[in-house]
Amino acid sequence: MRKLAVWKFASCDGCQLTLLNCEDDLLPLTDQVEIAYFPQATRAVAAGPYDLSLVDGSITTPADAERIRQVRAVSRRLVSIGACATAGGIQALRNFSDIGDFSSAVYARPEYIDTLATSTPVAAHVPVDFELNGCPIDKDQLLTVITAFLRDSKPDIPSHSVCVECKQRGTVCVMVADGIPCMGPVTHAGCGAICPSYGRGCYSCFGPQDTLNTRSLAGRFAFLGMPEPAVARTFRTFYAAAPPFATESSMHSGGGR
Amino acid sequence: MAMLARVEGEASMRVRVDGDEVTDVELRVFEPPRFFEGLLRGRAWTEPPDITSRICGICPAAYQITACQAIEDACGVVIPPELAALRRLLYCGEWIESHALHIYLLHAPDFLGYQGAIEMARDHRPLVERGLRLKKAGNEILSVLGGRSVHPVNVRVGGFHRLPTRSQLTALRETLTAALDDALATVTTVAAFDIPDTEHDCEYLALRPAQGYPIEAGRVVSSGGLDFGVFDFEDAVTELQVPYSTALHARLKGGQRYLVGPLARYSLNCAALSPLAAQAAAAAGLGPVCRNPFASIIVRAVEVTYACEEALRIIGEWQGAAAAAVPVPARAGTGYGATEAPRGLLYHRYQLDSGGTVTEARIVPPTSQNQLSIEHDLRTFVQARIGLPEPELTRQCEQVIRNYDPCISCSAHFLDLTLERR
Repeated sequence: MRKLAVWKFASCDGCQLTLLNCEDDLLPLTDQVEIAYFPQATRAVAAGPYDLSLVDGSITTPADAERIRQVRAVSRRLVSIGACATAGGIQALRNFSDIGDFSSAVYARPEYIDTLATSTPVAAHVPVDFELNGCPIDKDQLLTVITAFLRDSKPDIPSHSVCVECKQRGTVCVMVADGIPCMGPVTHAGCGAICPSYGRGCYSCFGPQDTLNTRSLAGRFAFLGMPEPAVARTFRTFYAAAPPFATESSMHSGGGR
Repeated sequence: MAMLARVEGEASMRVRVDGDEVTDVELRVFEPPRFFEGLLRGRAWTEPPDITSRICGICPAAYQITACQAIEDACGVVIPPELAALRRLLYCGEWIESHALHIYLLHAPDFLGYQGAIEMARDHRPLVERGLRLKKAGNEILSVLGGRSVHPVNVRVGGFHRLPTRSQLTALRETLTAALDDALATVTTVAAFDIPDTEHDCEYLALRPAQGYPIEAGRVVSSGGLDFGVFDFEDAVTELQVPYSTALHARLKGGQRYLVGPLARYSLNCAALSPLAAQAAAAAGLGPVCRNPFASIIVRAVEVTYACEEALRIIGEWQGAAAAAVPVPARAGTGYGATEAPRGLLYHRYQLDSGGTVTEARIVPPTSQNQLSIEHDLRTFVQARIGLPEPELTRQCEQVIRNYDPCISCSAHFLDLTLERR
């Protein structure tokens, strides 16, 4: 049986929980693949190498920068899962600030804390075979990815924008109809366009899609009356350090990085 | 042991033994710090619910609801009772999901002698399937009210983005009616586990509302007689940093360690349980106070029963609401919020400027409050079993830690066990 390993770096655990959240599919999955390393779920550890490694979380400490190399070395295929592993996550907001200020906001003795000045995606450290976006990832997409890699095929994960998903489910555009600022046009599909179906604008928890125009969308936000600092914050949240969003946000943050 | 398994997050435990005496116990959290209190500064008052949900993928709604309360408090807004009821319903979903995860997938394998739930499922498939079914029922509440189970999108300061429809709630009622039977069966199953006979003596701290079992509201009370409003939390509790952990350690101002979570909630509030949950607790042999950390699995099962009944009650009484949310205009001020996350009391404080920008944030999660008590329990536990072979001692220590369902991602501001014998 093929061996699956799940590794955790800096994250909320939500993306690896998504595997346990495959309630109806979890036990049938374990009939097809050996869960060889998954400390959130089992003490049992089967020796590597592993056929597929899922990596949850971003790289934020010197020790983790070394550990991800070891994970790569024991993994035939490596898939990074979630906003933290693919773009640095919400904790990448530190990349735009002084880490000392952040640490001293939490800890009386920041010198005890061993941390890097930046939160970076797995791909910044080691080659990655596939990146699955989402904060959190979608469980059906996760099953698609696992199944595809177990068959040695490329997963069929669409790369269009959330707008397409709104059209598919028949949701009226919240930005056009109600003037609600929405990140849908620049955001990678995968969630099923949940937010607009609840009457709120997309806040881009699946990150930038491949063919996007952030300039145009930022202009639309301004037209709808959004102040500049809010435009910066809108692009600088769960995918803050993803390059297209980092570039756009810096144009609205008054000279900030 | 390289890393503690079946906990959410990463930590290790170091126990020093000198001859026959345990000299030191350190719970080392090496979950990398993510600096939420730092990154919240400069964000708008509407943002903490979505941002802080990312502290924990297991209990995101707890973070969202606590953040909403604290910000509404800062802005002087009290949401209408029908919206508060929907928040409680959402929270019931998270209790069911989180407790079912811990009872069946993380904790039960300790009692039945398996490495994990997947191994346990080979011999006990119907049992694991029941756990997954319960977990799914909790997640259904989260999906209906929240849009999705991990990091719901429908919660906002002032209420919700959209109200649930009558037909959605009717469908939920059917799911929950079946889940209630599974919850009662869970109490019976875990009550029959071989529960080690032991007691601990720490102070219990939990919320106590005017009415009902504590979930999303209440004053803070303790077994030592404390009774104060949430806004006094930081006067009653101090957080200390220790060099070996990225999680802060909380103590009461008098220096005592204390415990939050199911044991504390139950012992301070069991009179407020719903009829079936109270009956199930009595049948499982729980008295009015439970001081056995291993029995926490029974208390969690009782709380799942309560959460199913309570969710059914809220749905049954639901008359609709005038609006999905009330306006929460920004103003300068400080606001406080505390709720009972599945793992125990969760506290948020935000300071806002007149434009609604967050100028300071303080978050005290349950696991950092429990660290000292976990360390103390382990010291006593190891001392009494000092002669056991190391692998068996390690396995049993892990079980002690799992009694507390430590959620380590939340507390980094968290396990491998190293036994140093001299």
